[in-house]
Amino acid sequence: MSTVPATRSAALALGDDALILSHRLGQWAGHAPVLEEEVALANIALDLLGQARILLSLVGDEDELAYRREERAFRNLQVVEQPNGDFAHTLARQLYFSTYQHLLYARLAAGGGAFAPLAAKAVKETAYHRDHAEQWTLRLGDGTTESHDRMQRAVDALWRFTGEPFQPVEGLDAGLGTEADGQGVDWQQLESDWLASVSGVLERATLAVPQGPRTGAWAAGAGRQGLHTEPFGLMLAEMQHLHRSHPGATW
Amino acid sequence: MVTGTPPTGTPLEEELRRLAGTVPDPELPVLTLGELGVLRAVHVSAPGRVEVELTPTYTGCPAVEAMAADIERVLHESAGMTEVTVRTVLAPAWSTDDISAEGRRKLTEFGIAPPRTTREIDAASAAREPIPLSLAIRCPHCGSIDTELLSRFSSTACKALRRCVSCREPFDHFKEL
Repeated sequence: MSTVPATRSAALALGDDALILSHRLGQWAGHAPVLEEEVALANIALDLLGQARILLSLVGDEDELAYRREERAFRNLQVVEQPNGDFAHTLARQLYFSTYQHLLYARLAAGGGAFAPLAAKAVKETAYHRDHAEQWTLRLGDGTTESHDRMQRAVDALWRFTGEPFQPVEGLDAGLGTEADGQGVDWQQLESDWLASVSGVLERATLAVPQGPRTGAWAAGAGRQGLHTEPFGLMLAEMQHLHRSHPGATW
Repeated sequence: MVTGTPPTGTPLEEELRRLAGTVPDPELPVLTLGELGVLRAVHVSAPGRVEVELTPTYTGCPAVEAMAADIERVLHESAGMTEVTVRTVLAPAWSTDDISAEGRRKLTEFGIAPPRTTREIDAASAAREPIPLSLAIRCPHCGSIDTELLSRFSSTACKALRRCVSCREPFDHFKEL
């Protein structure tokens, strides 16, 4: 490909986010609490897989990248690799990530850089992902005592992963101007928009906005550098098993 | 006729575009690719050699490969093209506004509530509704506007599942995108 190296590393970061979350959501197939949610989560996973295919194809062979890389070579955020947990954990992960992705893609779409065509396409889909997560957060948070408590535990548990997404991704806005010109990504502004949006949803859901750290020594987050959490290796082993055991298998 | 894009090609390119536009959508065979509005351009680069630009409805749409294969087949068989290349393009992004009026009519007939146009949503939301996604959607079976959302995602990513409160029938709604 003719893309510059910095753009490739950015494509890898965004592509891995989409690929890994797509796989996690796919793990709900056959296990979701109701049929409609089974279908919804699979549809969201399919949207993400479509993004991943386009982004990884900017870097190299999509199958090679998905199935033959070692854990340390993946550049996804740690939040997307977290296990599904109960339905509340999956929804908290969806709320945190889809809000981030939607805000980021809206900026990339407006900026007119290398990622603008994909972002302009995907931002319309992430609007539905974010809406889905929001509606469920409201329903579970403002539901029964049991659903409220479980939703609160979930948003608390994943909070320490929510600082990482706002570390600038190298190459993402290379060659663009500043956000003030309607281009580029102002990461601090992105983060404050994210906080405002997520806090608003949590408050309307009668949930407490978690108080723990989002960055720093007690927070997690080095996925963009290839450092991942323990559950990721297990997920990857399952995801890559077939391709590694039967190279080139088709059906 | 393909909506949205004025014809700009040679008569041969227009004819090839018309032919490619007659291919039925693999997942919604009631619609043609022309009515769906996913054909973006047709270029004849040399005698017998044609390049077609196709845009996906959704980024992850699994039907794109089947659409490309069907376009290749039709242009081989019906127009005698020896080399057909189908390229996928993302920009400008497809919108449900690209579905033609005839396409919308056929969707309703098929039992799928068609997407509302951006113009309709803008007009209605300017008038009163704070959330455009919840504007009234008409039941394709009985015509009632008293319908409710069951799930934001249905049999395919492009549809939502709804139920008519009047006739109690569930139905798919082609989501606005």
